[in-house]
Amino acid sequence: MKRMLVIVASGVALLSVPLGAHHATAVFDLGKRLALSGTVTEWFWANPHCLLRFDVRSEGGDVTHWVAETQAPPNMIPFGWTKQSFAVGDQITVTLEPVKNGQPLGRILQVRLPDGKTLVAGAPAIPAGDARP
Amino acid sequence: MIPGSGIRAAESRSLASGLGRTVIIVTAVIALLAPAIRGQQGFRRTPGAVYDADAKGRKSGPAPRRDISGVWEFANGGAEGIQADGAKAMPSDGKPEHELPFTAEGRKAFMEHKPTFGITQVPSALTNDPMPGCDPQGFPRIVLHNAHHEQIIQTATQVVILYQFNKKWRVIWTDGRKLPGNPEVPAWDIKDSPPPEARFWGYSVGRWLDDYTFVADSNGFDDRTWLDNAGRPHSDALHVIETYHRVDAEHLEKTIAIDDPKYYTRSWIALDKLPYRLQSASLEIPEQECVPSETAKYNQLFANPAAR
Repeated sequence: MKRMLVIVASGVALLSVPLGAHHATAVFDLGKRLALSGTVTEWFWANPHCLLRFDVRSEGGDVTHWVAETQAPPNMIPFGWTKQSFAVGDQITVTLEPVKNGQPLGRILQVRLPDGKTLVAGAPAIPAGDARP
Repeated sequence: MIPGSGIRAAESRSLASGLGRTVIIVTAVIALLAPAIRGQQGFRRTPGAVYDADAKGRKSGPAPRRDISGVWEFANGGAEGIQADGAKAMPSDGKPEHELPFTAEGRKAFMEHKPTFGITQVPSALTNDPMPGCDPQGFPRIVLHNAHHEQIIQTATQVVILYQFNKKWRVIWTDGRKLPGNPEVPAWDIKDSPPPEARFWGYSVGRWLDDYTFVADSNGFDDRTWLDNAGRPHSDALHVIETYHRVDAEHLEKTIAIDDPKYYTRSWIALDKLPYRLQSASLEIPEQECVPSETAKYNQLFANPAAR
C-alpha cells in the first residue's frame, strides 16, 4: 500500500500543474512528496487558501497535527472540491509537498477520500479544442 | 522524516531505478488518475456555473459590430488567468527578455517591494504585498494576477467591467470626456466632477478604433497598488492602454500596455492578445472575496509557522 502511495505521488508530480498562489513557493521543499494517512480534524473552506487539518498517528503512537493548504475555493471548484469535501473524522490519505523547515505543513497535491475517490488539486489547463461535456 | 511523527518521506526523485519499472509506474499512474483527469477536462463547477470551452472543430460566427459585452473566461482554461510570477507576457523569472526597463527610481521601488513570487520573492510572513491583507488590488493588477471571469456591460456612455475577484468593477467612459490632464492630481474636467484624487482603479476613457477593436486609456492611479504579483511597481504617472479585439462571435483578445515614464524608460506589454471565450448568458460569476478574518487564520496556522 505504501508503495502504491509513492507511485501516486510521483504521478501527481508528473501530471498536475500548480494553479499558482498569492503566496511564496519559497517555503516549500519543491519536488518532495509525502503521502500521509490520517484523520480529518477541520476543513476550512476559505480565502486566500483552504486549509485541511488532519492528525497522523505514527507506528509508535505519536500524533502529529498536520495543516495542508489548497488554493482558494473558486480555483478548487472546477476540480471537484467543495465545502463538503471532508467531514471531521474522515480517514484520508493526503499527498502533499511539505515546507522546508520540517513543520507539519504542506500544500496538497491530492487527497484519497474514505470512499476511494481521489481529489486532485490541479490539472493541465483545458487545451483549446476540447469539447464541453 | 518528520520529527516526532515516525513518517517516512516518499521522495519521487528516488524512484527511478530502471526503465521497466518506470514504465510500469507511469502506466499505473495514468490508470489511477485517468478518471480524475477526464473530470477535470469537463471543469465541473457549481450548478449553473459551467465553463464553456470550444468544441473540437467548432467554427464561430462573425464578430458583432462594436460589441464586447458578455461574460468572458480564458479560452485556454481558468488557470491561464493566474499569473503567479507576474504579468503573463513579462513574468519575473530572471530571463533577460523579461527584464523590465526600469528607471533608477523604478528599480528602487521594485527592490523595496517584498513579493511572494518572482525573482525577489520572500516567504509569506515577510511580504509587504498589500493584497494578502485585503487592501485593494486596483487596476491593472486585477487582470495581471488572479484574473477570472469578467462580465462586460455596454451602455450608451460607458463600458463597465465586472471582475470576479472581490466583486470589483470599473467604468470606462465613452461619452467623449478626456483623461485627467495631470495624472498626479487627477480629476475629470466635467461638470459635477468630484474633487481631485488618485484612485486604486484610476480614471478610464475608451473609444472604438474600428468596428471590432475597443481601446481604453487609464491614468490617475494611487501608487500604493502593485502592477502584479511579482511586486512590479508603478508611479502616479502610470498610463495603462487596454485593447480589446473581438475576433469572432465567441472570442475576444485582450492586450495591456504599461506606460510609466517615472518608473520605466519605455512602455511594455503586460498581456499580449490573451484569448477569452464568451460564456453562457446564464452563467453567474462565482464569488471570490478576500476575507481579513480568514486571512488572519491562514497566517496563524500556515504562513507564519511555514516561514520560521
